[in-house]
Amino acid sequence: MAVAVVVLARVRNLFSVIVLAGLYSFLMATVLVALDAVDVAMTEASVGAGISTVLLLGALHLCRSEEAKPAHKPWLPLVVSAACGLLLVYGSLGLPAFSDPGAPIHTHVVPRYLQDGPNETGVPNVVTAVLASYRGYDTLGETTVVFTAGAGVVALLRRRRPRKEQSK
Amino acid sequence: MKSYLVLRVVAKVFLPFILIFALYVQFHGDFGPGGGFQAGVIIAAAVVFYALIYGLANARRVVPERLVEAMMAAGVLVYAGVGLIGLLLGGNFLDYFVLDRDPVHGQHRGIFWVEVGVAITVSGVMLKIFYMFADRGRIDE
Amino acid sequence: MASHFSYAVTIFLMIAGLFIVISRGNLIKKLVGLGIFQTSVYLLYIAPGKLIGGTAPIVSEAFDVYSNPLPHVLILTAIVVGVATLALGLALVVRIREAYGSIEEDEILTKDHEDSIADQR
Repeated sequence: MAVAVVVLARVRNLFSVIVLAGLYSFLMATVLVALDAVDVAMTEASVGAGISTVLLLGALHLCRSEEAKPAHKPWLPLVVSAACGLLLVYGSLGLPAFSDPGAPIHTHVVPRYLQDGPNETGVPNVVTAVLASYRGYDTLGETTVVFTAGAGVVALLRRRRPRKEQSK
Repeated sequence: MKSYLVLRVVAKVFLPFILIFALYVQFHGDFGPGGGFQAGVIIAAAVVFYALIYGLANARRVVPERLVEAMMAAGVLVYAGVGLIGLLLGGNFLDYFVLDRDPVHGQHRGIFWVEVGVAITVSGVMLKIFYMFADRGRIDE
Repeated sequence: MASHFSYAVTIFLMIAGLFIVISRGNLIKKLVGLGIFQTSVYLLYIAPGKLIGGTAPIVSEAFDVYSNPLPHVLILTAIVVGVATLALGLALVVRIREAYGSIEEDEILTKDHEDSIADQR
């Protein structure tokens, strides 16, 4: 994944950028399966590698350009990014180690969800139970966000008059 | 000509399986990975696949714009409707256990309808966005 | 530091995404960089939830140690919101292309500057 991202940053042909982004999404979905996040992996694979790639290709077809040569060497962004990275590494040292059962996220609310979830909702998949029942309000908000995005795209890309009469 | 024929035949063979897989993911989301979002995206992907092979006009005939726009809004309304029904039957907004005599069955019903609503909205929105992007390019040429 | 390896990967991806967004001028590439940044955040949330020897959080009698389901729920929402953002961003890029004729940030800024000077006259 690191290789894909580095090549993506350097390549200028936008079609290659989009294909590399799809590749990166698939690799991310595989990593997520290795981390036991099967629902998330399926969503990431279908949404990230599927729909995102379709939308990016559609936009590229409408824009039809290649990336221009950068005007100046990106030293300042490199320094800023490296500084942010070092700051984040310093911050992450305080976080719990990988796969630590005593970490706070495993002990706070989750044991109750794992034990009572199937009994109270009758649904073995705890992720679906939490998503649709325990945190159902958040999912309502998310559905509204998706709808708003669709409405926004309609508002931006709708046509009222034929193209040749518009002057830009 | 030959390669186009292969694509069309293979697409015709695959499409029902893709749609059945989407339905499987939707309804089996209780017992395995899946749920509304993934199913909605897979349905949209199936229609996009059809549009790529058979052309946008054919896809527009099979899944008309009106239907897609109605689907976008209907999903959110179904979700909110489940919440309101919970309100009308005596509980709080989005309470599922009042939907049936047995609270666990009520949860089942609530989760089922909520996931259906989510799938409808997600597939409608993804399809509509695809139609908008494809449309823009066509009229330009 | 092997115990914090997942954080190192996450931070590298985050920095790469950030670098693409702030240093590349092409708008579509910026959006892709934003997507990379978002996926690194998913990793940031899900990696601590994994328990070695556990399994996916689908309750059944055969297993008794499960990975944490709560980050999965949050990240599911985040993924869908991310694609919604991408769609809106791409629609804006298409409109910018039609209005300015290019999707390079420098050219757009120059054209904007020229237009505002022309408007002032």
